[in-house]
Amino acid sequence: MLEVKNLLCERDERMLFSNLSFSIKTGEVVQIEGQNGSGKTTLLRILCGLNESFEGEIFWQQQAIDETRNEFYKDMLYVGHLSGVKSTLTAEENLAWMQQLDPALDKVSIAQALKSVGLYGFEDVPCYTLSAGQQRRVGLARLYLSRAPLWILDEPFTALDKKGVAEKEALLAEHVLQGGSVILTTHHDLDVPGHSVRRINLDEVAHS
Amino acid sequence: MSFFWAAVQRDLVLALRRRSDIVNPLAFFLMVAVMFPLAVSPESKFLSQVAPGVIWVAALLACLLSADGIFRSDFDDGSLEQLLVSPQPLILAVLAKVLSHWIISGFCLALMSPLLAMMLFLPSEGIWALVASLLLGTPTLSLFGAIGAALTVGLRKGGILISLLILPLYIPVLIFGAGTVQAGAMGLPIAGYLALLGALLVISLMLAPIAIAAALKISVRG
Repeated sequence: MLEVKNLLCERDERMLFSNLSFSIKTGEVVQIEGQNGSGKTTLLRILCGLNESFEGEIFWQQQAIDETRNEFYKDMLYVGHLSGVKSTLTAEENLAWMQQLDPALDKVSIAQALKSVGLYGFEDVPCYTLSAGQQRRVGLARLYLSRAPLWILDEPFTALDKKGVAEKEALLAEHVLQGGSVILTTHHDLDVPGHSVRRINLDEVAHS
Repeated sequence: MSFFWAAVQRDLVLALRRRSDIVNPLAFFLMVAVMFPLAVSPESKFLSQVAPGVIWVAALLACLLSADGIFRSDFDDGSLEQLLVSPQPLILAVLAKVLSHWIISGFCLALMSPLLAMMLFLPSEGIWALVASLLLGTPTLSLFGAIGAALTVGLRKGGILISLLILPLYIPVLIFGAGTVQAGAMGLPIAGYLALLGALLVISLMLAPIAIAAALKISVRG
């Protein structure tokens, strides 16, 4: 689905990675590893088009990504460090807005998605009254609605409890089973039930 | 189009939940009108002469004051990133942001302006000119303000920079806006002035959204 060729990224005259090539196929989970500051977030932002200070080529469905940007955005879902959750809006309003942004999200089941992330009964309280983990869950509830084949997740498990992480891992497994793919960064020992996780270590790439 | 209205609605709901966004520019606007006679002269003849300029400058600064926040919270909580990676057209989202900013700043200022006009003894013939000029002029101010806000949203301390960037753009609107009111107060025809304000609005409506969208991309990707 997604192919990266000879990616090079430099920040503040420090080489983050060079000669980075990999591809993500249908039904694959790819975990980007590396120590803090190794460029994991930068790499994901480059893939999303949120960072343009790089050299190299990125292809989506065999087409250069710049030419097919709009199709790409329809087919992918990005969860970044910042959750995109407005604290003065309720969980329900936040998800309704995310649906507006991405028409591919399922229209019917906001209540169902919030129930799945364990926020049943918190639909209509403003998000600033929720805990950090609960706010994170609001942002991740999108995953339950999404029909996008490619998920790009940057530290999705931050602030989640163990049960929450296990639920998300099960969700990833289901997504992959339905022909989707996931590229993510996490410091958590990822265990997607029934699937192997391919790891790309940016520290090794940088030094090779 | 449903996306456009949903975006407008979202911003208005956000503004209603954080009332200070609405109240601050209006309070500023009112305070200028209260302070000015105290500081300069309470004489009605003098005040009626300077009222068009004072009200327009106050409205312009009130708009400038609130412009900085147009994209700030969306940038801070990641909503802006999500907007950029969504398949929805960025221009529409930008227009929705500007429209909702105008509703909570310029539109409310225009509604409140007759009160200030009376406080500053503006002749009654000038009041309609004032409301009309504000209704036509402040959308342009919001559009220009959004360019500045989009350019500076990625900077930690963009506050002063935004004023430097967009005040020069505000000046034509100020000149024609205050001119409309002055002409109206003297009983002269104001159609020509309004046409000029309208022309400024049309030009900025065509060009500013492109500039705002480009500036937002630069700010987020930078």
